[in-house]
Amino acid sequence: MKEIAFRDAIREALVEEMKRDETVFLLGEDIGRYWEGAFKVTKGLADEFGDKRVRDTPISESAIIGAAVGAAITGMRPVAEIMFGDLTTLAMDQIVNQAAKIHYMFGGQAKVPLVIRTPFGGGVNIAAHHSQSLQAWFMHAPGLLVAIPSTPYDAKGLLKTAIRGDNPVIFCEHKLLYPEKGLIPEEDYTIPFGLAQTRREGEDVTIVATMFMVGKALEAAKTLEKQTINVEVIDPRTLIPLDKEAIINSVRKTGRLVVVSEGCKTAGVTAEIAALVAEKAIDYLDAPVRRVAEPDTPIPFSPSLEKHVIPDEKAIVEAVKEIA
Amino acid sequence: MKKETLIRLYRKMLEIRIFEEKVFELYGQNLVPGTIHLYSGEEAVAVGVCTNLRQSDYIVSTHRGHGHCIAKGAKLDKTMAEILGKKTGYCKGKGGSMHIADFSIGMLGATAVVGAGIPIATGAGLSSKLRGSDQVTACFFGDGASNQGTFHEGINLAAIWRLPVLFVCENNLYAMGTRQTQAMLPQDISERSVAYGIPGVSIDGNDVLSVYDAAEEAVKRARGGLGPTLIECKTYRQKGHSRWDPATYRPKGEVEKWLEKDPIIRLEKQLLSNGELSEAKTTRIKREIENAVEDAVKFAVSSPYPAGDEALEDVFA
Repeated sequence: MKEIAFRDAIREALVEEMKRDETVFLLGEDIGRYWEGAFKVTKGLADEFGDKRVRDTPISESAIIGAAVGAAITGMRPVAEIMFGDLTTLAMDQIVNQAAKIHYMFGGQAKVPLVIRTPFGGGVNIAAHHSQSLQAWFMHAPGLLVAIPSTPYDAKGLLKTAIRGDNPVIFCEHKLLYPEKGLIPEEDYTIPFGLAQTRREGEDVTIVATMFMVGKALEAAKTLEKQTINVEVIDPRTLIPLDKEAIINSVRKTGRLVVVSEGCKTAGVTAEIAALVAEKAIDYLDAPVRRVAEPDTPIPFSPSLEKHVIPDEKAIVEAVKEIA
Repeated sequence: MKKETLIRLYRKMLEIRIFEEKVFELYGQNLVPGTIHLYSGEEAVAVGVCTNLRQSDYIVSTHRGHGHCIAKGAKLDKTMAEILGKKTGYCKGKGGSMHIADFSIGMLGATAVVGAGIPIATGAGLSSKLRGSDQVTACFFGDGASNQGTFHEGINLAAIWRLPVLFVCENNLYAMGTRQTQAMLPQDISERSVAYGIPGVSIDGNDVLSVYDAAEEAVKRARGGLGPTLIECKTYRQKGHSRWDPATYRPKGEVEKWLEKDPIIRLEKQLLSNGELSEAKTTRIKREIENAVEDAVKFAVSSPYPAGDEALEDVFA
């Protein structure tokens, strides 16, 4: 095992897959030798693989994804970077109407092996156009897979699976996770989609948490342990497909559920998971489900305002104590 | 031009026309679900371009796509079955008239979002270049699409990367009911090529020989690594936008004027007058096509509809 930062784990996955398969190539704004990615994920890659396979593009999100779709259906495996998740909105037609639907709409004739890497999440005071968590939007477009890694280990293993797969994947990266370190194996490995990870075992309350919120939930768990509440923390790792069984099994055990995710509350990630449990495991619930998410507002700029809307450890602790 | 090429152009255009007349007829018999967007009057564009392409070359099509498919070599029976929503259609009934694709002949599919195919064609061109293949991609779209952001983004990207793509604008004067003159100031959409530093030409899109020549030149440039070309083909939609559109917004006399410039009749007259085609031969060609279309109809009509639960298949690869 070796210790590595989240952003370096992603880079390692890119490097190894580009070496393994010459149809893999990267495109995006400022990912090349002059800037090396807004979050430095592609550092050194243009030097290593050349400008042909690490392609700087103009500021044209729709063309980045459209070109990636066109390349994907004709034998390539593009990995596109959209500099901020908020800017996927500029490419929504290409993502939702083209990438997601081509396999289905053409009766299974074409595959779309496309990965769209993009950072989501708040907490760095860059306001309403650079802080959103739009993961739920992509859950609502059948044909897309959605990966939400929370550790360097998962980031590398899930990205490799995404690149090797034959479906379009929205690969969500949390910008606060990029410097976070963790252990990964020296050797090649992949992680299957649709397999949740239990981050902490417990009997009293199940917390399902995503991305940066996994860490917050684990901190909350420590606080709650001191108050003799023993929580289980489940990290879904992918939203599409979702490991429904892992969530339901945990709820069967604990009888209580708190769902924690960035992104606004209405019709969001937390809503989907709560609905799943209501549909499949309501008889096991001993208390109402609690959801910890952003209120239905844009992400504000000022630190005092932003802190107010993004879920934190305190909000998770309170939600658990309401039902424990 | 060689005689067999001329006959091939004539035959393909006629095949599209007769096929679509049959689609129109079947629509009246309630055999076609949804709507249809007929290509009648614009056949010279698809045929003039696709006759310059190899089977391994790509095309990207639009909601008005039957002509593109047939010109690239799609089978009439599977095309007709798809239009009728049958299990035996190209897309197993999941796409319909607006979404026909045949990847085995490089027909990368029709997108019904206006302008969405432009960056996809750029991507297919990028793919050819990265794989070191000399395939070219022809992207068809209308005058309406040239006002989309994807037109700007997609063509610019193809231009800076010198990708082997033909951007073929079928300017039929109307985006649904909106006249070109309401939607842009230049008369020639090809002028926009200047903004991307690529060649642009405006040609008579109802003259299949002009289209053929322009496409030949653009294909040569593309295969030679010189990058994309914008070809504006000035043409006319003889029918309404879709089956539901009586097209009453068109000024009196306009349709008649354009019917006189019908691309098939024009070529037929030319070939008859210079002796490259005889009345007997045209009659024979028409009969052969009618028979082939009839066979396609029989195949499509007798084919089963997909079972309801097949709707759940093919969401993921």
